[in-house]
Amino acid sequence: MGIISSSIARKVAMALSGLFLVFFLGQHFTINLMSVFSPDTFNETSHFMGTNPIVQFLLQPVLIFGVVFHFIMGFILEIRNRNARAVKYASYKGSANASWASRNMIISGLVILAFLGLHFYDFWAPELNVKYFKGDMSGLIDPDNVNSGFRYYEELVHKFESPIRVGIYVVAFLLLAVHLWHGFASSFQSVGFNNKYSVALTKFAKVYAIVIPAGFIFIALYLHLNQLPH
Amino acid sequence: MSILDSKTPEGPLADKWTNHKNNINLVNPANKRNIDVIVVGTGLAGGSAAATLAELGYNVKTFCYQDSPRRAHSIAAQGGINAAKNYQGDGDSNYRLFYDTVKGGDYRSRESNVYRLAEVSANIIDQCVAQGVPFAREYGGLLDNRSFGGVLVSRTFYAKGQTGQQLLLGAYSAMNRQINRGKIQPFNRHEMLDVVKVGGKARGIIARDLVTGKIERHSAHAVVLATGGYGNVFFLSTNAMGSNVTAAWKAHRRGAFMANPCYTQIHPTCIPVSGDHQSKLTLMSESLRNDGRIWVPKKKEDSVAIREGKKKPTDLKEDERDYYLERRYPAFGNLVPRDVASRAAKERCDAGFGVNKTGEAVYLDFASAIKRYGKEQATINHAENPSEQEIYDLGKAVIENKYGNLFQMYEKIVDENPYKTPMMIYPAVHYTMGGLWVDYNLQTTVEGLYAAGEANFSDHGANRLGASALMQGLADGYFVLPYTIGDYLSHDIRTGKIPTDTAEFDQAQKDVEERINKLMNGSGQHSVDYYHKKLGKIMWNKCGMSRNAKDLQEAIDEIATLRADFWANVKVPGTKNELNQELEKAGRVADFLELGELFAKDALNRNESAGGHFREESVEQSGEQKGEALRDDENFKYVAAWEYKGAPKDAVLHKEELVFENIELKTRSYK
Amino acid sequence: MKLNLKIWRQADATSKGSIQTYPIDGVEGDMSFLEMLDVLNEDLINKGDEPVVFDHDCREGICGSCSLQINGEPHGPDRLVTTCQLHMRKFNDGDTITIEPFRAKAFPVVKDLMIDRSSFDRIQQAGGYVSVNTSGNTIDANAIPIEKENADDAFYAATCIGCGACVAACKNASAMLFTSAKVSQYALLPQGQVEATTRVLNMVEQMDKEGFGNCTNTGACEVECPKGISLENIARMNREYLSASLKG
Repeated sequence: MGIISSSIARKVAMALSGLFLVFFLGQHFTINLMSVFSPDTFNETSHFMGTNPIVQFLLQPVLIFGVVFHFIMGFILEIRNRNARAVKYASYKGSANASWASRNMIISGLVILAFLGLHFYDFWAPELNVKYFKGDMSGLIDPDNVNSGFRYYEELVHKFESPIRVGIYVVAFLLLAVHLWHGFASSFQSVGFNNKYSVALTKFAKVYAIVIPAGFIFIALYLHLNQLPH
Repeated sequence: MSILDSKTPEGPLADKWTNHKNNINLVNPANKRNIDVIVVGTGLAGGSAAATLAELGYNVKTFCYQDSPRRAHSIAAQGGINAAKNYQGDGDSNYRLFYDTVKGGDYRSRESNVYRLAEVSANIIDQCVAQGVPFAREYGGLLDNRSFGGVLVSRTFYAKGQTGQQLLLGAYSAMNRQINRGKIQPFNRHEMLDVVKVGGKARGIIARDLVTGKIERHSAHAVVLATGGYGNVFFLSTNAMGSNVTAAWKAHRRGAFMANPCYTQIHPTCIPVSGDHQSKLTLMSESLRNDGRIWVPKKKEDSVAIREGKKKPTDLKEDERDYYLERRYPAFGNLVPRDVASRAAKERCDAGFGVNKTGEAVYLDFASAIKRYGKEQATINHAENPSEQEIYDLGKAVIENKYGNLFQMYEKIVDENPYKTPMMIYPAVHYTMGGLWVDYNLQTTVEGLYAAGEANFSDHGANRLGASALMQGLADGYFVLPYTIGDYLSHDIRTGKIPTDTAEFDQAQKDVEERINKLMNGSGQHSVDYYHKKLGKIMWNKCGMSRNAKDLQEAIDEIATLRADFWANVKVPGTKNELNQELEKAGRVADFLELGELFAKDALNRNESAGGHFREESVEQSGEQKGEALRDDENFKYVAAWEYKGAPKDAVLHKEELVFENIELKTRSYK
Repeated sequence: MKLNLKIWRQADATSKGSIQTYPIDGVEGDMSFLEMLDVLNEDLINKGDEPVVFDHDCREGICGSCSLQINGEPHGPDRLVTTCQLHMRKFNDGDTITIEPFRAKAFPVVKDLMIDRSSFDRIQQAGGYVSVNTSGNTIDANAIPIEKENADDAFYAATCIGCGACVAACKNASAMLFTSAKVSQYALLPQGQVEATTRVLNMVEQMDKEGFGNCTNTGACEVECPKGISLENIARMNREYLSASLKG
C-alpha cells in the first residue's frame, strides 16, 4: 500500500476502482438486457464472454481485483474514519447536512457485498465448476448433444424461479442504486474534476445510478413473471 | 515633569527615515542567532514583527492568549488599508497621506512618525500581494481602491469587508514559515502578566499558561508589546471579548509612560445596543458610508412614531428626512471623519430624534445608492425603459457585491433585511489612539521595551482615520521595528543568554502570584462581569463621546471606589492551577479599573476638544464653526505621557511638545 | 423563553466527561447563543458553581474561536453563521438544546466545550505560506495583473476562519475543506505557483499525520461552513495533489 499511503491517494484509488466497477456494471447490464429481447443473442454473447481467453484470463482477474480492492479499501477507510472521532457525539444530526446515501456507503456497500456472495454462488461458482473442474467448455445444455443449444439462458431463467431470490435481488439493486447515487457522481470530485461540465456529468451519474439498477430489477422481475403459470 | 525626547532624526521630513536607517547600528547575521526577542501579541503588528525578526535571524518567542495567532483581533478589521500608491491617479502622494493623517488626528500626532508611516505604506501593499493576500481587483486584473472618511482620494485597498482578516492571515502565514524553520517558538493560550527588568532594561516576561495555570519565566534581550488597544475598559466595545490592557498596563507599572489615554475612537457605524445582556458591539464598516446616507426624521413626532412601531422609515418621504451630515458638512457629507460623524449622531439622538426603542440609533440608508447603481447598470446593459424592480435588482446586486458579508451580518444580528429597510446604527467604542508612549524607534520609556500597533500612541493623534490602523500595524511590524530594534540589540551581541533564575525574575514571579492569590481570595460577593459592566457604565456616561470637568472628576472618584470594592469582594470560582476563564477576566478587569481612572484624569487634564476627545467646555462660540469642537493649540499642543506612581490619581504628567514644521495648524473643517 | 440545556462538562483533557443538564429562564430572542451561555455562567457563578468553559473572542463571526456542536450541528441550526452570531430567536420556548465540543481525535478536549485546534496550525505551518521575505523589497503590487475571477475565488477560499466546523460536521472528521481552502488560495494566485508542488504534498502529509479522517464527499462541511467555503476547493486540492504526485 506504499503508493496509496496518503488520504488523497486512497480517495482517488477508491474513485478509480469505483468508476471501473460502474463501467463494468453497464456492460453487465447490456448483456443481461439481451436476455429480455433475444435469448439467442444473450446465449452467444455469454458464451463468448465465458470462453474468450482475453476476457477470462485478463479482464476477469482485473475485475476481481477491482472488486476486492474497492471493498478492502472501503473497509480500511471506514475503520480509519471511525477512529478519527474516538469519542462520539451524544447528538449528531447528519441528516441536516448530508444525504443518507453519502453517509451510509458502508451499509449499502455491505449489502452489495453480501449480494455478490449470493451472485457468485448462483452463477460464478457453478460456471467455474462446469468449465474448469469438469472441463466442459462447450456451453451446451447437453455437452454431448451439439443441437441441445446453449445453457446460459436456461440457467438464468431457472435462477429467477424463486420469488425469495428475486426479492433479494431487488433489495440488493435498490441498495446498489443508493450506493451509485452518491458514489458515481462523487468520484469525479475525488479525482479533482470540478468545472463547468460538472453539473452535466453529475446529472448523468445520477440518472445512471437510477436507470442501471432499475434495469436489473426489471430483468429479474421480467424473467420471474414470465415463467409463472399463465 | 520632564520633557520627553522623541529621538526624531534631524534633516528634512522626507529624508528622516532614510537618514536614520543609514546611520543606525546593525547586528551581523551570525550574532543575530545569539539574540532572543519576545513578541507579545500576534495581531498585525506583533505577527508581522515576529515574522520579520525571525526572518532576520533573531530567535523569537511569540505569546498570545488566543489558541492560535490567527485569531488576534486584527482579524475583525473590515474596511481596508490605506497606502499612498496613487494607482487611481487622483493626486495622492506620501505627503497627502501624511497631511490627511495629521489633520485627521487633529494635529496631535508626531510629524516624523506619520511621515514615515506614509512613506512605507506603499511597500506594505507590495509585500502583502507578494505573500498572496487576495485584495480586490478590477476586471483588468489590477488592484481596486475605495474611499474612506476624512479624505478626498481613493487610496484604500480592500478585500471585501474582510481586509483585516486577509492581512492578518498573511502575517500569520509569514509567521508559520518561521515556525516551520524553528525560528519562532509560539506560546499560544499564554497571557503575559509582567515585564521583568534587569539593570533597568526589559529582559523578559512572566506569563501564565492559560491551560495549566502554570506561571512561567521567559527571558530575552528585548521585549515587544503588540497587544492592541484598551477599548474594553468601556465593557461594551467592538473589541474582542479578550482584548485587554494588561500587558501595556504591566509595562506602565514597570516604568513605561502611558500617553494620551483619553484619546478613544467612538466609531459612528455600529449596530445599536439591543438589551442589558449585550456582551459586545458589532461594527459595520466605515466603507458603508461610501454609499449609505445617514439620516433621522426631520420631525420629532415621526421619530416617536417610529420608536413606537407606528411608522416605518420607508414611510417617510425625502423631504421628511434630515440627512444631517450632508446638511452640516456639505463638503464631506457622509464621509466626515469618525469623531465628527459620531458626535453628530449623538447630538441628534440627544435631541430626541433617535429611531430605535432606546432612542439611540440613526438610519444608514442604501435606497438611493441601490437606485443610482441600478440605473448605471441598466445603461451599461443597454436596458430600455427598465422597470423599478429591474433597477432595484441591478442596484442590489452591485451593493451585494461590495458589502454582501456586512449586510448578511446585520441581518443575522438584527433580523431585518437592510436591502429593504435602512440599517440602524449608533456609535460605539472602537479604537484607542492612546497607548504606551514610544520614541521614533518605537521604544517605550523602559529600555529594551518596545510597543507596536494600537498598543502604542504614536501615529493617529487624537483621532484615527479609517483604514489607517491596519497600515500602522503592518508598518510598525514589517518595516519599522525590525530596523530600530537592531540598533538597540547591537549592544547585546556579547551579553549571552539572559538567565531566568535571578532575583529580578524571582521578584516578578512573586508579585504575579501574590496578585493572583489576592484575586482568588475576594469575599465572593459579585462576579467579575458585575464590576466590568459597572466600570463600563461610568466610562460611557462620563468619559464617552462628550466630556466635562464635573463628570470626569466624578468618574475618577467612582472608579477608585469601585476598584476598592472589586479587590475586596470579587468572586473568582475554581482554582488558579487550572484553566480558569474567570480568573483571566478578573486580572484584566483589575487593570482596567486602574487604567480607567488614569483615562479620566488625562481627559480632565486636557481642557480642549481634540479629535475623539470632546470637552463641552471647549466649543466654538461663533461663526461658521459654531458648536464644533475647539482645539487649544496654545496650551495643549503636546503629548500627555503619564508616569506610574502607585494609585492612578498620583500619576505624574510628562509632556512631549509637538513640533509642526511641515504642516500649518488649522481648524479642522469638513464643512 | 425557558430552555433546557444539556452541556458536556469535562474537567480537563485527561478526565472523563459527561453531559449535565441545566435549566435556564429569561432567554430573549435578541441574545446571541454565547450571550445565553453568559447568562447561564453568571447564574452558575452566583450559585457557587464552576462556569462552563468555551472558546470565544471576537463575537462577530470572524476570529473562528467559537465552536460548539449544537443539537448535533456545528454552530447550530442556522446557516452561514458562527455560534456567536447564532441568535436565540432560532429556538423555541421549552426546547432542549444539547451542547457538545467539536469532536475529532485531532481536536482533543481541553476543558468542557473548549478544544485544542493546534492541529490546524501545524497543517498551515507545513506549507500554508509563500516563501517571500517580509523585507519590502518586492515588485510593485500591480506588476502582475491577476484575472478578477481567480482573485475573487482565491479570496473566497481565503475567508476560512479556521473554526473547525468542517471537521466537526464531517462523519469522518476530515479536514479536507480546511486544508484545501489554503491550498486553493495559493493555487489560484501566481504568487503561489512557485511552491505549489511541495505545498500541497506537505500540507496533506501533515493533515494525515494529525489523525483526521478521509474525505468521502458527503458535502456536510460545505453546508455547515460558516463562511460557505466551496467543495470545489477540495476538488482543486485533489487535482493539485495528483499533479504534484506525478511530478514527484
